[in-house]
Amino acid sequence: MYVAVKGGERAIENAHALLAETRRGNLDVPDLTIDQIREQMPLAVDRVMTEGSLYDRDLAALAIKQACGDLVEAIFLLRAYRTTLPRLAETQPIDTGAMAIRRRISATYKDLPGGQVLGPTFDYTHRLLDFALAAEGGLEAAPRNPDAEAEATPRVANLLASEDLIETEDRDPEEQAPPDLTRDPLEFPAERALRLQALARGDEGYLLALGYSTQRGYGRTHPFAGEIRMGEVEVEVFVKELGFAVSIGEITVTECEMVNQFAGSKTKPPQFTRGYGLTFGFCERKAMAMALVDRSLRARELGEEITAPAQDEEFALAHADNVEASGFVQHLKLPHYVDFQSELELVRKMREEIEARRWADEQQEDEVNHVAAE
Amino acid sequence: MSPQNNRAGMHQAEYNFAFLDEQTKRMIRRAILKAVAIPGYQVPFASREMPMPYGWGTGGIQVTASVIGPEDVLKVIDQGSDDTTNAISIRKFFERTTGVETSESTAQATLIQTRHRIPEKSLKEGQILIYQVPIPEPLRFLEPRETETRRMHALEDYGLMHVKLYEDISRHGHIATTYAYPVKVAGRYVMDPSPTPKFDNPKMDGMPALQLFGAGREKRIYAVPPYTRVTSLDFDDHPFELPSWDDVCAFCGADDTYLDEIILDDQGERMFVCSDTDHCAERRDHQEAAE
Repeated sequence: MYVAVKGGERAIENAHALLAETRRGNLDVPDLTIDQIREQMPLAVDRVMTEGSLYDRDLAALAIKQACGDLVEAIFLLRAYRTTLPRLAETQPIDTGAMAIRRRISATYKDLPGGQVLGPTFDYTHRLLDFALAAEGGLEAAPRNPDAEAEATPRVANLLASEDLIETEDRDPEEQAPPDLTRDPLEFPAERALRLQALARGDEGYLLALGYSTQRGYGRTHPFAGEIRMGEVEVEVFVKELGFAVSIGEITVTECEMVNQFAGSKTKPPQFTRGYGLTFGFCERKAMAMALVDRSLRARELGEEITAPAQDEEFALAHADNVEASGFVQHLKLPHYVDFQSELELVRKMREEIEARRWADEQQEDEVNHVAAE
Repeated sequence: MSPQNNRAGMHQAEYNFAFLDEQTKRMIRRAILKAVAIPGYQVPFASREMPMPYGWGTGGIQVTASVIGPEDVLKVIDQGSDDTTNAISIRKFFERTTGVETSESTAQATLIQTRHRIPEKSLKEGQILIYQVPIPEPLRFLEPRETETRRMHALEDYGLMHVKLYEDISRHGHIATTYAYPVKVAGRYVMDPSPTPKFDNPKMDGMPALQLFGAGREKRIYAVPPYTRVTSLDFDDHPFELPSWDDVCAFCGADDTYLDEIILDDQGERMFVCSDTDHCAERRDHQEAAE
């Protein structure tokens, strides 16, 4: 009985104790430290920070430990913490063009200023289980090119923009500060800034599936990975008293710019359009999927026919948040016996009516047959 | 099971020759035989999980793994080049799992696995060109449902494709498809040549080599047997046209090859070079020898 009239409180306490035991596992194995999670599961930490909308590696690592490695649960924990934090200031827009590059690739050019920098990627590993990792061992330092950091690395979109082949994203200085999804509810139709915020917080698996669907014909966008870059950027805050911006620290981000074919419209010449993805840390799959979905959601703005789920703003955005989705799907575990009772009554009543009608019909048929036989 | 296991050179012992087990290879070869028997028809096959991600050539890799033998010489190109990262990765995979000889020379290779290009040098009898295919269905972007597109192929109902090409012409004055340009094979099936630039389409027509196409994620194999007619879809008054460049290759001076654009700085300085690196290197060698 999971919902006893009495004793529910005790049951919950016991469940928490069992969860704590499950989290700890075999006591003969050393306890996992936050430092270990932060240092050795960096990509899990990055995902939790991104979808949790909070850049704090230690808190994300703690959330992962507390959630027994369930990342959606960890994201939930971090969001619930984040919402309690006061808002002290707004930062200046980060300048990803000035990023200290650790990875930078373009699929549209063979070579370009700044070069192709693979960085720490799974991409060209063969997915063969490495049994040597099962044994603990040392590590050889990876070779680094000392000159690599010196070279300027202009963004691919800017290279295309210099030829006027791609749309530009000029921000009107008169324009108000962008809306904030965490302070205002999502309303439709949503402007792009709000959509991007929703996608940045959106579930990686969901965006992956939606982005993938556009590649398979459900709202095709002809994408090319114009550029993916990952590295550190400075975060600055403008201090009124000083009259200039000061750096408050450095964060790692992954940025993806998809370059998409656009045949042109009545008001726009044929050119390339952009889909944009940005995440905390190194969440490349998420950044790419986000860029695909962002571009798909621009169908209305670009006058493209809306035929597929990934182009439907309400469908795509209303279901992207995994804290919302996970909560609502799992709320079905809660007791629903009051509603179910009324359904039960209704189904019984409908069955009785059908039975009664069938019985009446049969009676009538019998009588007719009787008369015919006579 | 296979004598290949012992005959091949050095290869990783934990896995079978060319990674796949012999049963799987036989299943794939049966699909290939059917594909050769019905040129341009997409044969469904039980595609396996490979140690590379879907979309990175798993279809081509499975086809290569099923037809490769210890005597083969393998060349792997991506975007026409042997030294693009994914081509290197796939070549290393086969070096590791088969120990066969690899080569960058189009002429020396018996098997050529490719992504997005057909080599500039004409292929010859006995060679096999294996394409990596992301979306095998040429009608997919006109009709997303597989049940519908299979029916259209069965009935040879390609009206939708002709309407699309016609709409291109009425809107832009020309057909606005530059890669993955649809072809008709042996007068029957409309086929996706994989996303090769349309520049390469004429090379498929009557090619003496066998052309095999593998799509791992979509689980399809199709083929163009040697000396098969392959025509690019067009209209009498709007015939198929090849793209041309104002530039020539900055390295070898070729004016008849597919060129890649390379950006030299952020001031818009750029140059064009052959995408087929082996062809370009061979031309330069000849030029040096002549001097």
